[in-house]
Amino acid sequence: MSYALSIDGITKAYGTVRAVSEINLRIAPGERVALIGASGSGKSTLIRLSSGLLTADSGEVKVFGDAIQSGGKLTRDARRIRRRIGLIFQKFNLVNRLSVTTNVLVGALGRVSPLRGTFGFYCRADRDAAYSALEQVGIEKHAHKRAEALSGGQQQRAAIARTLVQRARIVIADEPIASLDPKSARRVMDLLSELNRTQGITLLVSLHQVDYARAYFDRIVAMRGGEIVFDGPAAKLTPDFLTELYGASAEELILPGQFEAAQAPHTPMRMENPAELARALN
Amino acid sequence: MTTVTTNGSTAGMNSHGMPERSIIGILVRTAGLAVAVAVLVWAWHSAEMNPGQLVQDAGNMATLGKDFLRPDFTEWEFYAAGILETFAIAIWGTLLAVIFGIPLALLASANIAPAWVTFPVRRFMDMLRAINELVFALIFIAAVGLGPFAGVLALFIHTTGVIAKLFSEAVEAIDPGPVEGIRGTGATKLQEIVYGVIPQVLPLWISFALYRFESNVRSATVIGIVGGGGIGMTFNETMRSFQYPQAAAILVIVVVAVSLLDIISQRIRAKFI
Repeated sequence: MSYALSIDGITKAYGTVRAVSEINLRIAPGERVALIGASGSGKSTLIRLSSGLLTADSGEVKVFGDAIQSGGKLTRDARRIRRRIGLIFQKFNLVNRLSVTTNVLVGALGRVSPLRGTFGFYCRADRDAAYSALEQVGIEKHAHKRAEALSGGQQQRAAIARTLVQRARIVIADEPIASLDPKSARRVMDLLSELNRTQGITLLVSLHQVDYARAYFDRIVAMRGGEIVFDGPAAKLTPDFLTELYGASAEELILPGQFEAAQAPHTPMRMENPAELARALN
Repeated sequence: MTTVTTNGSTAGMNSHGMPERSIIGILVRTAGLAVAVAVLVWAWHSAEMNPGQLVQDAGNMATLGKDFLRPDFTEWEFYAAGILETFAIAIWGTLLAVIFGIPLALLASANIAPAWVTFPVRRFMDMLRAINELVFALIFIAAVGLGPFAGVLALFIHTTGVIAKLFSEAVEAIDPGPVEGIRGTGATKLQEIVYGVIPQVLPLWISFALYRFESNVRSATVIGIVGGGGIGMTFNETMRSFQYPQAAAILVIVVVAVSLLDIISQRIRAKFI
């Protein structure tokens, strides 16, 4: 059986600093995997390596059995393989000045002929697919607005709609909720796990907050200093174990109470204390 | 003068920990001053500066001034045709420059093309920019003869270098995120540019192109004087046949036309920024 994502001995250094070091990771189709770690632990680098946005110094990344990069170079098929990967970013990465519909239709680019795609001649079926994707994520009312007119949560949902139009089989998300308020964050995470349940889309999501990882994911991969230090069921990741893994920096990962706050009806936060504010924004 | 002022303030600054004036320092400054004076004297002679001539030829100046103060608009239709031709030269000179400048700009952007492409393309753009449009005008007049077409070509070549540089700077300042978003869908490089880059830079590009159009109208006027067609050519003819009141009328028309254009163009640009 071929894995949805299989990473073999991947290493990436920036100058003399090893961002990720000899990483091996296998994710089966339909799995829900959260990647956690403090800033600088290498999780962002690993996410970018997995999607082929970054080339490694050595090692291989395969997506559903086909290599997207190998030995430090993207393969010939990289562009074709990318179509199977839906990418979600912390900053949404929509094109602000284009309409939401156009942004979502971009998902069809890998499918339609290069000429049609370049000039924006999408067929009826693609337009219908875009609309139903927008419906599915619940922002069809904003289809004709510019992407920049949407709130952060809505923009992230538009980005998810783009991966739906793309018919991605795996969604790789880099801190998808880090720029969102708790209510929007929950909505985005609910949507992602719904896609996993109903359509069998594999999820690899990097997260800052362990509480979200535990609530939404079966399997958690924890990184520190460019290496995987934990890979197992979410239940095994107790606060004590986290402290053991990360020492003092565990506090940054846990952020107690944030998840409970997210479940409560959203109320605007008022923070007079600058230290508290800084922590909340972290 | 600057040297002396600096000296004075340095002395005053001693209490703030500035170094004491040394003999070598004074010598260096004096030598610098001497060189500066020498350059000014040499340039004065070299440029044949002669203020006396203004007084000597005061009669001529008075005639000229008197004639210029009575602009003669009798042949205004002729001048209007001239200014329209100047606009036409600027329109096509700018449009061709934009069309050819866009691919050059993309190839010169470090975030789009690899270094072995950007380097030669940038040097080529430097070459186009380094030579003034007036020089290009003289070259093209020799090639295609007197007239507006030579003016169009001159503006086109020089402006291509300028537009490509300005456009490329806008491209290099874009947010790379949306481009990665497009790339992630399996789009081609060209599609990344069409969907990820162009929408981000379009407002700036429009603004730059309009600004260059404004300045090209001014340049086209000057190009006309050396034979590149348009109102400049008409102006040159009236000056050479001593028809100063007519020349004054042309100047008034140019000033009014260019000011109007600036106002309109500024309004349009404000919409895009």
